[in-house]
Amino acid sequence: MQAKKRYLLVSVGAGLVFLVYLWGLHIGEFQQQPYQYHQQEYQYYHHSQDLYQPRPQLHPRLHHQHTSPRERRAICDNIYKNRRCRMETCFDFSRCQSGFRVYIYPPQRGDEISESYQKILSVIEESRFHTTDPSRACLFVLAVDTLDRDQLSAQYIQNVRSRIQNLPTWNDGRNHLIFNLYSGTWPDYTEDLGFEVGQAMLAKASVDVVNFRPNFDISIPLFSKDHPLKGGGKGYLTLNDVPPSRKYLLVFKGKRYLTGIGSETRNALYHIHNGEDIILLTTCKHGKDWEKHKDSRCDRDNEEYAKYDYQELLHNSTFCLVPRGRRLGSFRFLEALQAACIPVLLSNGWELPFSEVIDWRKAAIIGDERLLLQVPSITRSVDRGRILALRQQTQFLWDAYFSSVAKIVLTTLEIIQDRVHSHVSRNQLMWNSLPGGLYVLPEFSTDPAVFPFYYAALGKLPSQQFTAVIHMVTPLQSQVCPVVKLIIAVARSKFCAQIVVLWNCDKPLPPRNKWPSTSVPLTVIEGQTKTMSSRFFPHDVILTDAILSLDEDSVLSTNEVDFAFIVWQSFPERIVGYPARSHYWDSSRSRWAYTSKWTNDYSMVLTGAAFYHRYYHYLYTYYVPASLLTMVDRMANCEDILMNFLVSAVTKQPPIKVTQKKQYKETMMTQGSKASRWADPDHFAQRQTCMNAFSHWLGFMPLVHSQMRLDPVLFRDQVSILRKKYRDIERL
Amino acid sequence: MCASGKYSSRGPALIPRMKTRHRIYYITLFSVVLLGLIATGMFQFWPHSIESTADWTLDKRSVHDAPLVRLPVSSPIPERGDLSCRMHTCFDVYRCGYNPKNRIKVYIYPLQRFVDEVGVPISSTGLSREYNDLLSAISDSDFYTDDVTRACLFVPSIDVLNQNSLRIRETAQALAMLPRWDKGMNHLLFNMLPGGPPDYNTALDVPRDRALLAGGGFSTWTYRQGYDVSIPVYSPLSADVELPERQPGPRRYFILSSQTAIHREYRAELERLKEENGEALLLLDKCSNLSQGAASARKRCYKGQVYDYPQILQESSFCVVLRGARLGQAALSDVLQAGCVPVILADSYILPFSEVLDWKRASVVIPEEKLSEMYTILKSIPHRQVEEMQRQARWFWEAYFSSMKAIGLTTLQIINDRIYPYASRTYEQWNNPPVVKWSSVNSPLFLPLIPPRAPGFTAVVLTYDRIESLFRVITEISKVPSLAKLLVVWNNQNKSPPEESLWPKIAVPLKVVRTKENKLSNRFFPYDEIETEAVLAIDDDIIMLTSDELQFGYEVWREFPDRLVGYPGRLHLWDHEMGKWKYESEWTNEVSMVLTGAAFYHKYFNYLYTYKMPGDIKSWVDAHMNCEDIAMNFLVANITGKAPIKVTPRKKFKCPECTAIDGLSLDQTHMVERSECINKFASVFGTMPLKVVEHRADPVLYKDDFPEKLKSFPNIGSL
Repeated sequence: MQAKKRYLLVSVGAGLVFLVYLWGLHIGEFQQQPYQYHQQEYQYYHHSQDLYQPRPQLHPRLHHQHTSPRERRAICDNIYKNRRCRMETCFDFSRCQSGFRVYIYPPQRGDEISESYQKILSVIEESRFHTTDPSRACLFVLAVDTLDRDQLSAQYIQNVRSRIQNLPTWNDGRNHLIFNLYSGTWPDYTEDLGFEVGQAMLAKASVDVVNFRPNFDISIPLFSKDHPLKGGGKGYLTLNDVPPSRKYLLVFKGKRYLTGIGSETRNALYHIHNGEDIILLTTCKHGKDWEKHKDSRCDRDNEEYAKYDYQELLHNSTFCLVPRGRRLGSFRFLEALQAACIPVLLSNGWELPFSEVIDWRKAAIIGDERLLLQVPSITRSVDRGRILALRQQTQFLWDAYFSSVAKIVLTTLEIIQDRVHSHVSRNQLMWNSLPGGLYVLPEFSTDPAVFPFYYAALGKLPSQQFTAVIHMVTPLQSQVCPVVKLIIAVARSKFCAQIVVLWNCDKPLPPRNKWPSTSVPLTVIEGQTKTMSSRFFPHDVILTDAILSLDEDSVLSTNEVDFAFIVWQSFPERIVGYPARSHYWDSSRSRWAYTSKWTNDYSMVLTGAAFYHRYYHYLYTYYVPASLLTMVDRMANCEDILMNFLVSAVTKQPPIKVTQKKQYKETMMTQGSKASRWADPDHFAQRQTCMNAFSHWLGFMPLVHSQMRLDPVLFRDQVSILRKKYRDIERL
Repeated sequence: MCASGKYSSRGPALIPRMKTRHRIYYITLFSVVLLGLIATGMFQFWPHSIESTADWTLDKRSVHDAPLVRLPVSSPIPERGDLSCRMHTCFDVYRCGYNPKNRIKVYIYPLQRFVDEVGVPISSTGLSREYNDLLSAISDSDFYTDDVTRACLFVPSIDVLNQNSLRIRETAQALAMLPRWDKGMNHLLFNMLPGGPPDYNTALDVPRDRALLAGGGFSTWTYRQGYDVSIPVYSPLSADVELPERQPGPRRYFILSSQTAIHREYRAELERLKEENGEALLLLDKCSNLSQGAASARKRCYKGQVYDYPQILQESSFCVVLRGARLGQAALSDVLQAGCVPVILADSYILPFSEVLDWKRASVVIPEEKLSEMYTILKSIPHRQVEEMQRQARWFWEAYFSSMKAIGLTTLQIINDRIYPYASRTYEQWNNPPVVKWSSVNSPLFLPLIPPRAPGFTAVVLTYDRIESLFRVITEISKVPSLAKLLVVWNNQNKSPPEESLWPKIAVPLKVVRTKENKLSNRFFPYDEIETEAVLAIDDDIIMLTSDELQFGYEVWREFPDRLVGYPGRLHLWDHEMGKWKYESEWTNEVSMVLTGAAFYHKYFNYLYTYKMPGDIKSWVDAHMNCEDIAMNFLVANITGKAPIKVTPRKKFKCPECTAIDGLSLDQTHMVERSECINKFASVFGTMPLKVVEHRADPVLYKDDFPEKLKSFPNIGSL
């Protein structure tokens, strides 16, 4: 029995111990949890709340130490000077309240100004930012040439320091912009300009990130003295070949310095040269005494170097190596960009041109000098789609910001303007997609969705209605005059939101009851100036994305209006209209010519009857230089040509003509409404002059020809008219 | 395990005094209990040990278990951060190597407790919950490696999120003691609250050699662009409070200020704004009548009226985020979470993740000096844009601010993008909210180029055995001036193509490719023989197109090289009765597809069709021997967001879709099949990419009253 009892006791005991053990395990788990809760007390933000209300018992003096924001800003302004300049400490925003105006100091007699600097100055003088009044200026530009600050250079100007110090408004460089392409010299190529920059902003090529004052300085590309003033060479890409049928994968041809700063990378290039698809050529020949430093590979390298032509390589390669030279940037960068040869950058520490706004990863391969040996495998790993995108982006950037001195300088100014008016500035989408920042005025809107260019990128559609803007220069004579018919026809369109009549006629405004009654609101605006250009003024009443611009004598049916508007929705960035015109190069007189004859192609659509985006009104009024607008106003002609030039310059595309040619313009003329400007014999000659004036302004001919027009799908098809949606278009 | 240990120590003492019978009993009992213990022990610990073999978790290395490290007074202190450090000077890129995945490897140091000579810990908090979350997130991500030799980036387990809780000198010494410290090379420190009274530096004061700093509250003078990463100041409310996303739109208040520690000068300025603009502004402060503590952080007051924070933020269009003593404010996170557009007034502040995020789309930055103009500035922003910014703000919070995990992984991704810039995420990937990502398109052929006429086009004729018809097609096409090459895709494996001498003699090269299988997708294969950009896909029975029509089609394609430009047009319709898509080939006023029985397109689409077609569409087409043209229309419309272009008037095509046999019943099954294709493809694409248009392209002078012989393309539309 005892044994049994003992067995029982021991068994029970064992069971109990087991239970305790299990319980113990659970306790262990619970014990871990409180530890976590415990943590919450130590949350790191514990003290973050009491910032300006310090606990008095601990820091009795803190209240005094915590200076007021205004004082703190003043202290900052004093500390962060010169090398540590930023917009908020070294730039006087109050000078810019009346707008972003740039003043150029008058040149002094005997000033030697290099060709490149002369171009920079003339671009600024012609730009819409220029002012001749220093008291209104927000930004000052020196008349003395600071582009080349290499002491060994022939262009080096000696007395810059004293010249600058003597400027009455220098003010330690505040609100000044200094352009520079070369600085420092052999052997160490420091970024010293040879005078104190002070608080002036630098627009400088080949800047090192460490010397670069972010959001204050601007990195510009190195450009040659042959770089065109305006217009500029086109990108070489004409075909989107996939895969690129280019002979070489990666090329480089350039000097090798053998010793000194920046020589390592180029000296090592031969490691990845394979003589087949990777052609990296260097020569040791440069300067007078290169043979002193000559190394064992020089002779062989020089021989190989002579075998290939640089241009040939550039045009036949997918990637172009852009290694640093003595300085960080090189001409090669822009050359590769123009040639649609994707730059492979090997220049550690180079602040890339306009890096503040341009996303270079979309157009270049940013390599690391230390990883030269990886370059072949990196370039080979880029897939077809990416190459296609990179190459197109090189062309877009080249054309938008780099192809001429004007574009480089204007981009610099626009970047500064964006900083000055930071809440009315372009975002990165605007800078990095077509048509580029220079054609996108943030004063119109900072919202990309209201521009005609970004609908696809944002997944949006233009608004489903339009505003008809009728330009009137003759008085309203009777209830049967063409304009009344036009108003009635347009108002009947289901897409018409409102009709705006611009009363540009000298006669007094007719009373309200003289106008036809319409189902949509009709607004009459009496122009202040009554000039030709005022028909494109961005009136606040226009709220729809689309504008239907009309002359008073245009003849349109509701069907035609509807159809053209539907077409415009597919091409919101272009002009979509009815009567078309063409241009051609008159080689006998070597100038551009205008024609209104029946031709197989066209390059302009008259704005007497055309749809376009309302942004173009804004661009026309504020982007086009005043001199051209006055010219248009003086002649009371060519405003439609100018609009076509502008839109084609922005889009690089032809306008779109819809439906068959009608004879209305011509018939209107013969009917002899005397006021019609079309009857004027000078009219045609003026238009020729305009063509040439406008293309001179842009520096190139933006108009593009098209050989097609758009008709309704069933136009003139042999099917019952009842099936057709746009029946009126069939009738002439 | 201590329980079993106790047991076994007692066992031997009992056993010798017992009889064998008893002994057997005890031994059995003992072993049963022991087995039981082992079994339960195994059960308890098994799953844990599987998880923790590879992962870094707090369970395994809880603070109390962490080894104690005593710092000698004389242990070295790192140098202060070098302001000229950049990736190419202070970062050892060789550690990261070239790898096909283009992913950096991150190592996390094991947890240690650092104490000074006298045993006082270097930090008052030890490891905060936030830093623990951050480390766990990294260890769960595919950046993590437990192999210190393969690591590219090192993250110490020393928590420096809040400088106020640190002893600066000792923390620096602790950092220098890390086994791989090596002057801080490739080390990443996370800090959200830098500086301390009285001057509140904008970067962590702990000397850290060359270590990278992910800091919240950098100013432009301390931020080393391209080296440091500016991160948000995490708001604990992100995890505690759930704010459902609100539809963007006008809110009850126009401007709201909810921060409690605003300098009195700024508060006075705000009060003045409120006086001028009244109800549109709501100016909140902390509640004076509530006791301090957790509850007070969730309440705000205005003249005795109590509001719930952060819920009240959702009631305003704009929310002010003013600098405090520090530039970075946790309020920014709350404001974004509420979908309120932040109005940031903090001069020289480097906004969080500004290296990749486009803050202009989600916020308004106003210089502190212009605080008084805030109302006018904000009023000038149109409603539509405000709504867009509200959506964008909320998306930034969701993607990059919502948790320590989001913050940590975004930081690593930014560093990753710097090391592998050629494989970096794009602007669109960083900045487009999912809804925009879905609806937006970035055409692969975005450059507005009108390719030159000279290279011409390559005609690709797919044929099986209709030789007579094929030869007629070849003869007809060869008359087109811009034809550069003719490629016959011979899809019949049982029969050889006719001898060379039998083929029609044409002026351009003619190549025949024989295929391995009779598949429809052979038509769209990117053959090396296609050298021109333009491809004309044409069936072997399309003989009715005139040379003018084909040449005109090519000219139209040149103006629209990113579109399908074809002759017969088709339409898709929504069948309301059936609730699905329907195919339509009748005479309609609209077009959404062109048949590839005769169509021009860019050769890149061949590549996309063959290698990038989503889902099983390609195999479906080959299996059904139908709809390759619809698939191509879907592909092009989806990637470009554009409709095809139908050229020239409708002709009497010998119904190119219905092949040999005619008849109404076959026609109907054909239509059913085609409708099925549309539904199938729409479900694979997840959307209906086709775009409907009402236009077609004609020559400028088509049907005009003008001498035919002066027209470029007179022979258009003849039947």
